[in-house]
Amino acid sequence: MDILIQYLKVFLTGGLICVIGQILIDKTKLTPARILVFFVTAGVILTGLGIYQYIVDFGGTGATVPISGFGYCLATGVIEEVEKEGAIGIFTGGIKAAAGGISAAIIFGYLFALISKPDIKDVK
Amino acid sequence: MNYTKMGMNDKQYKEYVENKSPKSNIIKDCIIAFIIGGFICVIGQIIMDFGMNNGLDKKSASTLTSISLIFIAALLTSLKLYAKIGKVAGAGSIVPITGFSNSIVSPAIEYKTEGIILGIGANMFKVAGPVLVYGIGSSILVGLVYWLINLCS
Repeated sequence: MDILIQYLKVFLTGGLICVIGQILIDKTKLTPARILVFFVTAGVILTGLGIYQYIVDFGGTGATVPISGFGYCLATGVIEEVEKEGAIGIFTGGIKAAAGGISAAIIFGYLFALISKPDIKDVK
Repeated sequence: MNYTKMGMNDKQYKEYVENKSPKSNIIKDCIIAFIIGGFICVIGQIIMDFGMNNGLDKKSASTLTSISLIFIAALLTSLKLYAKIGKVAGAGSIVPITGFSNSIVSPAIEYKTEGIILGIGANMFKVAGPVLVYGIGSSILVGLVYWLINLCS
């Protein structure tokens, strides 16, 4: 039962964050690129202010899987590293924490591009 | 068409056109985005639980979740399925990290014909580049502020 409630919270949190994105798309005509930039920056700032942690505590992956969670990962990483290493952590903490995601995106992106055929008709 | 012949005044005609033209129904868009976005996050939680049940700590399990979702989205993009999901799901497929992955793989495939360096290499970060610039940039700002606060207290 606990696990079901947890999954429900994840679903609600993740769904609501996407609804915010959808409202932005419908109301402001922001392009997907701008939406992604907006969410990652919002994630970093809200984490810096200590607000996003509450959302993560409640919603689990519902808060960390949206791209704002990538911002959360960067910001928590930088804060932890500053505590451990001091000023140098300002420069190393963020990417260190997000390294897995960035590396995965690069290598999978590259490999799938190599094996895929470009679809001329589907060019955006 | 001369709408006065149809017995309509300007206002009625406007309503008529609004009824006929395809509506971007914001409520419907939001419900679909909610369901798909929530569903992707639940898949993430399943992967996360799997990692933690197999001895990973929270951080590593979270990284595993990101990597897995990025892989799945890259695969679906390569199979041309992610674009189909995106047409229906809107923000539900853009906002999760799978949308970030899609934003890398999609231009990488599209510009493949321009070669592996200036085609794939330069274009895969067309959208992801700004995300990294602003994400990492703002995290450095957060780090700086945090460091200064630590310094003063």
